[in-house]
Amino acid sequence: MARITVKGVSEIRGPIIVIEGVSGIRMGEYLEVKLPNKPTRKGRVLAIEEERVIILLYQGTYEVEKDDIETEFFGRTMQLFVAEDMIGRVFNSLGEPLDGLPSIYSDEYRDINGSPINPTSRIYPRDYIETGISSIDLMNTLVRGQKLPIFTGAGLPNNRLIGQIVKQARIAETEDKEKFAIVFGAMGLTMDDYIYFQRLFEETGTLNKVVMFVNLASDSPAERLITPRVALTTAEYLAFDKDYHVLAILSDITNYCQALRAISVALETVPSRKGYPGYMYSDLASIYERAGIIEDSQGSITLIANLTMPNDDITHPIPDLTGYITEGQIILDRSLHYRGIYPPIDVLGSLSRLMKDGIGEGYTRKDHPSLSNQLYASYAEGLDKRRLAEVIGKKELNRRDQILHEFADIFEEDYVNQGDNYRTIEESLNLGWSLLSHLPETELTKVSTDLILEYIPNKGADSV
Amino acid sequence: MTNSDEERARIVTIKGSTVEVRGLSSYRMGEITYVGEEKLIGEIIEIERNLATVQVYEPLEGLKINDPIYLTGKSISAELGPGLLSNIFDGIQRPLEQIKKTSSSSFIQKGIHINALNRDKKWLFEPNKKLTKGHLVKGGDVLGSVQETQTIKCNIIAPPKTNGELLSIQEKGEFQITDPIVELKGSDKSKKELTLMHEWPVRIARPFLKKIPVHEPLITGQRIIDMFFPIAKGGTAAIPGGFGTGKTILQHQLSKWSDADIVVYIGCGERGNEMTDVLREFPKLVDPHTQNPLMNRTLLIANVSNMPVAAREASIYMGITMAEFYRDQGFNVLLTADSTSRWAEALREIAGQLEEMPVEEGYPAYLGARLADFYERAGQVVTLGSPYREGSINITAAVSPPGGDFSEPVTANTKRFVKTFWGLDSNLANRKHFPSINWLYSYSGYINIIEEWALESGLEDWGRYRQEMFTILQKDDELQHIAELIGSKALPADEQLIILVADIIKEGFLQQNAYDKIDSFCPLEKQMKMMKLMLLFNNRAEILIKNGCPISLIIGLKSVQILKRMKEDVPNDNIVQMNKMEDYIHTEMEELGSKYGYRV
Repeated sequence: MARITVKGVSEIRGPIIVIEGVSGIRMGEYLEVKLPNKPTRKGRVLAIEEERVIILLYQGTYEVEKDDIETEFFGRTMQLFVAEDMIGRVFNSLGEPLDGLPSIYSDEYRDINGSPINPTSRIYPRDYIETGISSIDLMNTLVRGQKLPIFTGAGLPNNRLIGQIVKQARIAETEDKEKFAIVFGAMGLTMDDYIYFQRLFEETGTLNKVVMFVNLASDSPAERLITPRVALTTAEYLAFDKDYHVLAILSDITNYCQALRAISVALETVPSRKGYPGYMYSDLASIYERAGIIEDSQGSITLIANLTMPNDDITHPIPDLTGYITEGQIILDRSLHYRGIYPPIDVLGSLSRLMKDGIGEGYTRKDHPSLSNQLYASYAEGLDKRRLAEVIGKKELNRRDQILHEFADIFEEDYVNQGDNYRTIEESLNLGWSLLSHLPETELTKVSTDLILEYIPNKGADSV
Repeated sequence: MTNSDEERARIVTIKGSTVEVRGLSSYRMGEITYVGEEKLIGEIIEIERNLATVQVYEPLEGLKINDPIYLTGKSISAELGPGLLSNIFDGIQRPLEQIKKTSSSSFIQKGIHINALNRDKKWLFEPNKKLTKGHLVKGGDVLGSVQETQTIKCNIIAPPKTNGELLSIQEKGEFQITDPIVELKGSDKSKKELTLMHEWPVRIARPFLKKIPVHEPLITGQRIIDMFFPIAKGGTAAIPGGFGTGKTILQHQLSKWSDADIVVYIGCGERGNEMTDVLREFPKLVDPHTQNPLMNRTLLIANVSNMPVAAREASIYMGITMAEFYRDQGFNVLLTADSTSRWAEALREIAGQLEEMPVEEGYPAYLGARLADFYERAGQVVTLGSPYREGSINITAAVSPPGGDFSEPVTANTKRFVKTFWGLDSNLANRKHFPSINWLYSYSGYINIIEEWALESGLEDWGRYRQEMFTILQKDDELQHIAELIGSKALPADEQLIILVADIIKEGFLQQNAYDKIDSFCPLEKQMKMMKLMLLFNNRAEILIKNGCPISLIIGLKSVQILKRMKEDVPNDNIVQMNKMEDYIHTEMEELGSKYGYRV
């Protein structure tokens, strides 16, 4: 398509510039702004009002001169060149190399906005992924092709948990090990966190399997809006065109949303809750929904995202809208963390929506569904009793309540608190049963008598 | 509409999901337009002098100023006729399977135009024998029928505004959906042909003869609904709940097991994988009422969350119009919408683009009015036309309040228009108590009607059982507050018994496992029997306690476990086993009594 070049701008406001008196510009078009003696900046057409073209500049407008710049419109949306060679490389949000190696040249390019997957073309995810972490594997099972955010708070060890998942998760276990890749989208990460991830990939020997797109906290917020999109475009290419099992890691969604809010304010959009734009749900959906499995490929995209809850508030619009789109969430709990429990996963608040079809006979083990239900229910009741004990004192509890209270303690200390150890699913399941053996049989209402007989033989014997 | 109009008309503004057009000369609100060279589908939603605003149902990337715009003269309409059932559509009624075949892509591209109904397929049409030449045919009259799926025989009805004298009607035979089957002579002597299908503008409710009071329950097989908070056929219910409280699973359960004839399932801003789950699972499931695959009576609308926002706004109207079409044939239709909050948010998003003045939380002022319009399209009606038919539409709509806060505008406004409220409780969900319908703040406005129905249907005890169980649960709630302060050990025995029985009810009756083969659907007969046994236990235990029996002996009874587990342990049709359990409870209580010398 023909490129159009225009000189000068008529308005500059935050990251937005407005160009007037130009025709033939397309909605969403990609453009480059040439500044004298400075690097070229890139942007996107956000809206067109008659003669006025409203543009977002990804690197901001600082030092943009009103009359002395030249804008070149490309006649197409922003595209990313994609290739298998990207694996092992580091790029910025625009797909430019940051590792000193040459740019990617390829015959293949993709629109970074992607298109919705036709629901009739999706394959329902049901192959569970063993992460070696009991609170996830047994209680909130991760499934290949799932999108699962980690709701965390400032100062909680969410990155350590992601590190463990990267290290241990058997994403491509059953198939060709070579066909595994990690796509990492760093959105507004601090340098410390970025270095952590870099070292993590080095230490785990996955560096040659990672494609990184980096937007640091000090980089432009406008550019942050495209980081997850280039990352997922790459993930889609690797998974759906090249049959890779891709683990996409986005960190941190909260930084992304704050950038989204900043840009929407600059555009004078009517705000909804806490100043975030009304379209934030749709916008987040256009990111998360790109995970999954489709019919005509062997690959998959499993998406894990860090999301720092502002003030640990799960009702804040960012975690709230996310929870309505993703297939569950892993929540980290501050009080568990302070008690030295790692990983501090809030088992009750966490949820995996795809768990039901990925576990049980033929998947993990036949006792898995009812065992996890029983652990859930007894732990929940145990926590109630703990609250009660806080009021009336532990001694005042009746025998049953005391047993449940103790169960909750053991569950957290022995089960959730596994440190960096790896537990196979068998080990997690067996440990679950040994916890249940602390409870009287009358409490085991969610597991069938047959299962009790099989897994806690002593207990089963005296009940019949 | 002329060519010269279109030549003058041009796009002047492009923003969000709307464009502004100048230079159209003859157009109206709601008119469907094709936008740009790719002919994206749009609808006129605002007119200001010579400027028309069009909301576009597809992404706008690539459009430019001065691109052409084409008027169609039509309002956004649904195609109605055989072939809708077992199908899955997007928010503007494009069949997703066909989109996949046509585009040979797993992704949905722009600018795809596909008819909702398959034009090539032939249907075996059986004419209505009563229609002969000269007969006056009016809107809603049954012209004949077509076996649409194994389960559903679709009545071919004359479109609502029909009025004319029958000139000819086709013999029994195979026809495509656009073939004329009836020829009429209008009052102005003009000839008119009717086909197996017709179109209807979705934003206008289809007419009926009159609304009549609802009079029977929708049996859902979900105990807490059928027994505690029932919904009538033709009734409305809202299911508000934060994320993870089980809205979607409850909607799936209702769609699977309700004794409606037709189910319209609208996934409005849903997760893609959840729609795939429905597509994968429903064809395998058997309708407990007809023993046929559930998909035979189901039609799905999938507007997944990353599809364009304007199509999400339209999906609700598409769904209700298709529901009305089956209602008009004389069916009871269940419409489940998941979630209406996403639809309200689409309204908000579009209102924001139009720079309308926001009221609460950015929602437009007409939010309540739109919700009212939608819920008022439910109901039990006498349809137009002959023969006499009654049909109904149930609406059960999920609401997703931000942060689980029920005072937010969508939940609050919805409460004004629905009669049944199944409030989902995240505390219950956290402890895996599903369905997480909270029994203390949920309600049903159909209790009286259903009590009457129960009396006539041999379920005389329904009202009494319900009340007794309710009383126990309410007392339990009060006692729990006290127990939280002093511990349940300190309560007197009769109050501890209430806590025990409430526990049995919660675990053995209110909780229902959607994934359990037996428990997923619980027939009315078994529900009644379960209530009976639990209340029997309560009654006997009360007597024992009164006579001085310590509560610990009662807690330890095997009957407690039996009552908690009979939902999954006893096959649904095995009444014999239920009776044996009744005997066992009697015996065990009597033994306890005689052993310790208490009178039972």
